[in-house]
Amino acid sequence: MVADHEHSEPPLIRLEGVTKVYGTGEAATYALRGIDIRIGQGEFVAVMGSSGSGKSTCLNIVGCLDTPSSGSYLFRGTEVGKLTRNQRALLRRQYFGFVFQGYNLLSRTSALENVELPLIYRGVVRSKRRELAGKALAAVGLQGRETHSPAELSGGQQQRVAIARALVTEPDVLLADEPTGNLDTARSLEIMDLLTALNRDRGITIVIVTHENEMARYADRIINFVDGEVESDARHGEVA
Amino acid sequence: MLYNAFRLALHEIRRNVMRSLLTILGVVIGVAAVITMVTIGGGATVQVTEQIASLGTNLLIITPGQRMGMGQRAAAPPFEMDDVDAMGREIGAVAAIAPISSRPVTTIFGNANWSTTVMGTDNQYLKVGNWALEMGREFTDSELRAGGAVCILGATVRRELFGNQDALGSKIRLGKLSCQVIGSLHSKGQSTIGRDRDDAVLIPLRTFQRRLAGNQDIGLIQVSIQRGASTARAEQDIKELMRKRRHISASEDDDFTVMDLKDITKMLTGTTQVLTGLLGAVAAVSLLVGGIGIMNIMLVSVTERTREIGIRLAVGALEREVLTQFLVEAIVLSSFGGAAGVVLALVASVLAAKALSVPFVLNVGIVIVGFLFSVGVGVVFGYFPARKAARMDPIEALRHE
Ligand SMILES: Nc1ncnc2c1ncn2[C@@H]1O[C@H](COP(=O)(O)OP(=O)(O)O)[C@@H](O)[C@H]1O
Ligand SMILES: [Mg+2]
Repeated sequence: MVADHEHSEPPLIRLEGVTKVYGTGEAATYALRGIDIRIGQGEFVAVMGSSGSGKSTCLNIVGCLDTPSSGSYLFRGTEVGKLTRNQRALLRRQYFGFVFQGYNLLSRTSALENVELPLIYRGVVRSKRRELAGKALAAVGLQGRETHSPAELSGGQQQRVAIARALVTEPDVLLADEPTGNLDTARSLEIMDLLTALNRDRGITIVIVTHENEMARYADRIINFVDGEVESDARHGEVA
Repeated sequence: MLYNAFRLALHEIRRNVMRSLLTILGVVIGVAAVITMVTIGGGATVQVTEQIASLGTNLLIITPGQRMGMGQRAAAPPFEMDDVDAMGREIGAVAAIAPISSRPVTTIFGNANWSTTVMGTDNQYLKVGNWALEMGREFTDSELRAGGAVCILGATVRRELFGNQDALGSKIRLGKLSCQVIGSLHSKGQSTIGRDRDDAVLIPLRTFQRRLAGNQDIGLIQVSIQRGASTARAEQDIKELMRKRRHISASEDDDFTVMDLKDITKMLTGTTQVLTGLLGAVAAVSLLVGGIGIMNIMLVSVTERTREIGIRLAVGALEREVLTQFLVEAIVLSSFGGAAGVVLALVASVLAAKALSVPFVLNVGIVIVGFLFSVGVGVVFGYFPARKAARMDPIEALRHE
């Protein structure tokens, strides 16, 4: 079942024997039980699996928000588990865009300012930030809503603000944890179209977590998680 | 980065105006208390110094008897006029010498009466004590020689007996003695120990001795030393002279006391300064308590904003940047408190100075120190909450509800 993903150049993302354990002794929970995944530049990957199967944990490790309990995670050849907190923060700000499960926008803060946030930490000057954030909002179809706070936006609009925030830095890798989880089908498909366009036109590597087949179909490759293990990993069309 | 942190801090403070105001209240009161205490204390010190200077800093006071600790005095014979004359002759650098004898007396004019002190002295008294006549004249030589029934009123006595009326030429009673008012003195106000120095009546020494005391005694001698001359030297000379005149053998102690006003000045200003320091320290404690208030609210704020911190860390904020953000917020809060405290302190100092009739002496140093202290409070008490924020685990923070 597992397809052969050997490439000539080293892959962008390489997980080998990665485990993640929460708690110790009796109370220990194995979120990941030794997974091997390689993802190359420009891939569009969907991660599927039932609730609690370790999808979010895996995504957090890939995004350098978390580190493996054991095993190795190489990002662009760098062993992330050996980096300091600050070094991982620097990796995040330079290479990754996140769309979190739930929207995780700053409340009582305008859409524009929410989108500006990652740019602040990249040291982009204010006028340039405004411009880029405005463009990112327009790209997700939210022009005219710049000054709205999350409370004044619908769920779908909030999700699109979150996507704009992830895209505004033009990241190499976009990680999205159930980006359509709270949306109706029409909105969800809109967002998937948007992600597909980003992957195709800008060559952004995308990893999205979803439990809906309909959404996963947009990806080139589907990785299936069961109980902290990779049950299947197949390119589009290889799996029924 | 700092600019952004500053903008964010203002944003956050505006978002919670009421809470921010309550948070900084402690610092406001602390800073205001420190500055007010020190300002009023400084005013009091200046007042003490000025009052003593108005007495004449080169003043020596000689009294019979030796101080035996805590205000007690051994009995000793009083001075005589010969002692005064001898001092005038033999001590160099003397500017003026005034012999004084005094006792309490009730003064009466018409229906008004007033209990005061009557002092037998001469015109030198005015010179030694820097007294100026408001009205009338000094004693004449013949009045002094013959013991004339004339008097010069201190400002308080004049006010109590005559109010707004003209006192010159009127006859008043000093106990059993009736005498004519020939002058009145300018007011000097309260002395540093709270005695009203205007509450006295002057009469010629001879008149006092003959008509009131019935003896030739002199209770106290005031000597003022010429400007620039050494008071210590004069003090030494006076001691030697008086020991000789009073036949004190080398093995015996002095049976009189020479006091230097400079010593008294030092003692009194020293006391005020210690008091100021103490009050300032108490006020500083309240500033510390204000700082703890800021820390408390910052900790609450950090917990409340856990998700926000998680988001910032996830999009690439470094530990140091989150630390800066919260630290700047605490510092901005406490400096607002400090600034408000300075304003409050200035208002309170002016009012308190008026109420306590102490001069308002603005001490720019303590204003700056007070403000900087409030900034320091922000740094110290903001650091712990800010560090707590910076050390959060991004994932835990994001999961926080
Ligand atoms: N911080 C944590 N502490 C303890 N257990 C956790 C923590 N995060 C995740 N888990 C556990 O790890 C497992 C995998 O979680 P997660 O990766 O969120 O699954 P998914 O996203 O596929 O629903 C679950 O059993 C979950 O309860
Ligand atoms: Mg999940």
